[in-house]
Amino acid sequence: MATVSDHMTPGIGQVAVDAPLTAADGTPLRKKLAQANRRARLRATLLVAPLLLFVLITFIVPIGQMLVRSFHEPTFSEVLPRTTEALKQWDGADLPDEAVFAAFADDLKDAKENRTIGQVATRVNYAYAGSRSAFTSAARKSTGFEAPYKEALIAADDVWGERDLWAVMKRASKSYTPEFYLAAVDRTTDVDGNIVMVDDFRQIYVKILLRTLYLAGVITGLCLLLGYPVAFLLASLPTRTSNLLMILVLLPFWTSLLVRTTAWIALLQSQGIINDVLVAMWLIDDDSRLQMIYNQTGTIIAMTHILLPFSILPLFSVMKTIPPTYMRAARSLGATPWTAFWKIYVPQTVPGIAAGVLLVFILAVGYYITPALVGGQDGQLISNFIALHMQKTLNWSMAAALGGILLATIMVLYWLFNKIVGIDRLKLG
Amino acid sequence: MSLPSYAGPLEKTWYYAFRVICGLILIFLIVPIIIVVPLSFNAEPYFTFTPGMLSFDPEAYSLRWYEDILRNGMAAPDAPHSWAWFTDLWNNAQWIRAMRNSFFIGISATIIATILGTLAALGLSRREMPYRALITSILISPMIVPVIITATGMFFFYASVGLASTYLGVILAHAALGIPFVIITVTATLTGFDQSLIRAANNLGADQTTTFFKVIMPLILPGMISGALFAFVTSFDEVVVVLFLADIEQRTIPRQMWSGIREQISPTILAVATILVIISIGLLTTVELLRRRSERLRGVTPS
Amino acid sequence: MKTVLKSTVMAAAAFGLFAGASASADDLTVVSWGGAYTKSQVEAYQKPWMAKTGHNIRSEDYNGGIAEIKAQVEAGNVTWDIVDVELSDAVRACDEGLVIPIDPAELPAAPDGTPAVDDFIPGTLSECAVATIVWSTIYSYDASKIEGDKPTTIGDFFDTEKFPGKRGMRKSPKANLEFALLADGVPAGDIYEILASPEGVERAFKKLDTIKDSVVWWEAGAQPPQLLADGEVLMTTAYNGRIFNAAAGEDKPFEIVWDGQVWDIDLWVILEGAPNKDLAMDFLKFSTSTQALADQAKWISYGPARKSSAPLVGLYQDGKTEMGPQMPTAPANMKNAVQNNFEFWADHQDELNERFNAWLAG
Repeated sequence: MATVSDHMTPGIGQVAVDAPLTAADGTPLRKKLAQANRRARLRATLLVAPLLLFVLITFIVPIGQMLVRSFHEPTFSEVLPRTTEALKQWDGADLPDEAVFAAFADDLKDAKENRTIGQVATRVNYAYAGSRSAFTSAARKSTGFEAPYKEALIAADDVWGERDLWAVMKRASKSYTPEFYLAAVDRTTDVDGNIVMVDDFRQIYVKILLRTLYLAGVITGLCLLLGYPVAFLLASLPTRTSNLLMILVLLPFWTSLLVRTTAWIALLQSQGIINDVLVAMWLIDDDSRLQMIYNQTGTIIAMTHILLPFSILPLFSVMKTIPPTYMRAARSLGATPWTAFWKIYVPQTVPGIAAGVLLVFILAVGYYITPALVGGQDGQLISNFIALHMQKTLNWSMAAALGGILLATIMVLYWLFNKIVGIDRLKLG
Repeated sequence: MSLPSYAGPLEKTWYYAFRVICGLILIFLIVPIIIVVPLSFNAEPYFTFTPGMLSFDPEAYSLRWYEDILRNGMAAPDAPHSWAWFTDLWNNAQWIRAMRNSFFIGISATIIATILGTLAALGLSRREMPYRALITSILISPMIVPVIITATGMFFFYASVGLASTYLGVILAHAALGIPFVIITVTATLTGFDQSLIRAANNLGADQTTTFFKVIMPLILPGMISGALFAFVTSFDEVVVVLFLADIEQRTIPRQMWSGIREQISPTILAVATILVIISIGLLTTVELLRRRSERLRGVTPS
Repeated sequence: MKTVLKSTVMAAAAFGLFAGASASADDLTVVSWGGAYTKSQVEAYQKPWMAKTGHNIRSEDYNGGIAEIKAQVEAGNVTWDIVDVELSDAVRACDEGLVIPIDPAELPAAPDGTPAVDDFIPGTLSECAVATIVWSTIYSYDASKIEGDKPTTIGDFFDTEKFPGKRGMRKSPKANLEFALLADGVPAGDIYEILASPEGVERAFKKLDTIKDSVVWWEAGAQPPQLLADGEVLMTTAYNGRIFNAAAGEDKPFEIVWDGQVWDIDLWVILEGAPNKDLAMDFLKFSTSTQALADQAKWISYGPARKSSAPLVGLYQDGKTEMGPQMPTAPANMKNAVQNNFEFWADHQDELNERFNAWLAG
């Protein structure tokens, strides 16, 4: 097939105007070529298809489905369907009318029966703190309520006479909501629907997002600073020596993340090796041991160590291709060592720097394990808060919204990486 | 890079200073990995060197944490070493079970990732492949997407299809995470691949299957194996997905270490870490040997 | 290569057999708090129950809260059968339909025939849960590390000038906010009334602020004794039984300060959709019998939830320590004690957790 296409030069194309070239079976060559191309495309596609399908089902769909949760939260409308319907008629100006209360009282009876009231209570409680018990106790008393329900409910608990609570309920009754993304940037909607900042003592996510970017930046900077000289040395040493030293870079790369994190705990903790050495050398007092772990310092040190090979390896593979003669030529033309390095060498390593920096930054922004184990309180990153909402507070929509923001950040960086470096040029080992 | 003969004293100083700096950075890289080895032989339940250890007192060293790896969770660890003792060890010792799970999940995930990944890499390396760039970036994405997002997504989806807390669920998840590595390494061996070899084989009358097993496979095998090793290590070292998807039945070594570090930190963890370091040295050596062999086969001069 | 592939597949299959062999579907999964506490349950409840019924038990550890229970039930993937929870969590889980209702009439009567409803200490039976023990969050210190005056009041825990050094605290607002207000001079009886107002919460966090920089946070109940033993903290809040076991069982020089203790009860709940609901119910009845509850007190210093068990409580397993005075409910220990208010925590858990997390990260 490739031979045929090689012969399809313009010259032959002109001949074809007069007498179309045909293959042995009489079909025109052009058609035959198209068929062959289609077959080749099909064959390539068939080879890729099983994996693509596998990745779509086991990986892409689950993440997509999770992201839907960040703006779709149907608990309220599922547990209290009649109330949801009735609230649609309410203009929000004053307390809802008897119809809404009656629908609510009906729904409460079902919710009590199915023991689902807690789910709604939790949902509304996110936005209206302290309303939990009003829901659970109303459900408990629901069988005793009689018309007029408005009076009955307000008599049971004053909070049912609050317009604000009903406004929050109306908002919660809508299954599609931006509220989790708003919360992920420390904003909320007040009872009148305006977007406002949350209370001071609740503002946390913007800080965490900025901290994540800041720490990832610091770690990336350190990795470049430490990785560049090592890569330079490895690239300029004779192969035999550099292969040996390369082991020192590759071994950490192949060693379990948890092993390395454990090792840093042993080294850095206040009863750990580094502190012991410092105390033994009389550099610090036994009572004033340094706190190097369970805080930001711990996160930075351990993550720099873990990600350093990811900056050395791309730098090394680029530096390897730079002929040493360039530097020598610059020197013989009168450049000082520094000028030769800065003006001639460094510009040629820019692709390696870009690859290393982007790779380390992408990995650092989404890191979870190491900050969780050695980060203490102020060394926690955005991933740790996703885990917190997944496992502790169970505000799954919030976890999804934070995940959505993190994923968007990563996607931009990934796109940049593809644009600048090209993912297919990534090398391992 | 040797020091040029025309170098001045300043340059000479810098030359040595630079090597010292690089030496320190390399020490920073390797020390944390080496340090766990002697610490794991500590006779005391501490994470640091005792005075006895520093004076090389044999009393200060012991194998108790290695014994602890075996004994932890056993019904009758002090029973005589009979068949019953070994069954007890095999079935009940927590670390042994974690090890079995790690290998079982790792090997299964690697097989899936390697087979599917190699096929896909073959397809992707063909010029005729439509949407190559887009598909490549989708297939590589499990490596780029933060694993916490992956784990969160899988938690809901796998539970809804009944795969949560099953071996199959963890295996599928780990296979997805290992696939990018297989694709990258196999694609790398295919870039230097001379396509005319396939045509030669076809001309000589070989059918597709024969061509694959007799011509393509031997050439890309080193890439496949190092991809497989990467995929295996990815699974062997993975803890976040296991945290979300697995229950105690599928507990792996990293998962066991995770609770150890968070809750009851004892030198047993260091003993396990030492064993893992030895495993990773073995893996590293294999990958390096394979890389050199591949370069030799393809006629690339060693770098 | 073919042979390589073949042998790998075979090896994997073999591993699969081994991996599957040890677990069987009708093992009862019992989840509790790990360490010394789980050990006491294994000795007093699980071993005798296994011997009696011939069924196997898988014992799993967790760190409290209903998160994992809810995740299992709502994701439709229930693997736990019966779980040991705090009262406020039992109430919440019940409201949310995560655990099944339990009829107290089904529980075994006391040996003298008193029905279970009257035998259990008032407040220890709830719609979906049956209590086993009374336990307490206290604070403890390593006596060998403090020279001169020893800490005696909850105020001393917050006094880093008089007792300089790190403090261990549970990574949760529960009990910590109570401690903070007690140390700030609020009488034990008014704690929850004050904590229900925004100013009270503000006040508690202000007090916590004063020691925030010295705190090492723990999550698992097994951690505090470890933190004390390793010298990572000077004093730490802890569950009283853990400290008692470290002191009586391992001869650690740990002292308990009972002033300002926050006591609570632990209960069994059975998960909605539990794979072995009937076995779980049988185990629950067995383990809340008068004798089983009394037996547990032999292994850890938590008080039994049945009145009829109290006279049967004797010595610690070492055969010499009298258990009575070690219990949270012993009169000498109850002088300035707070009972955890489950209604307060069931209602305010979410916002206080949220605020606590924001406070920690800030």
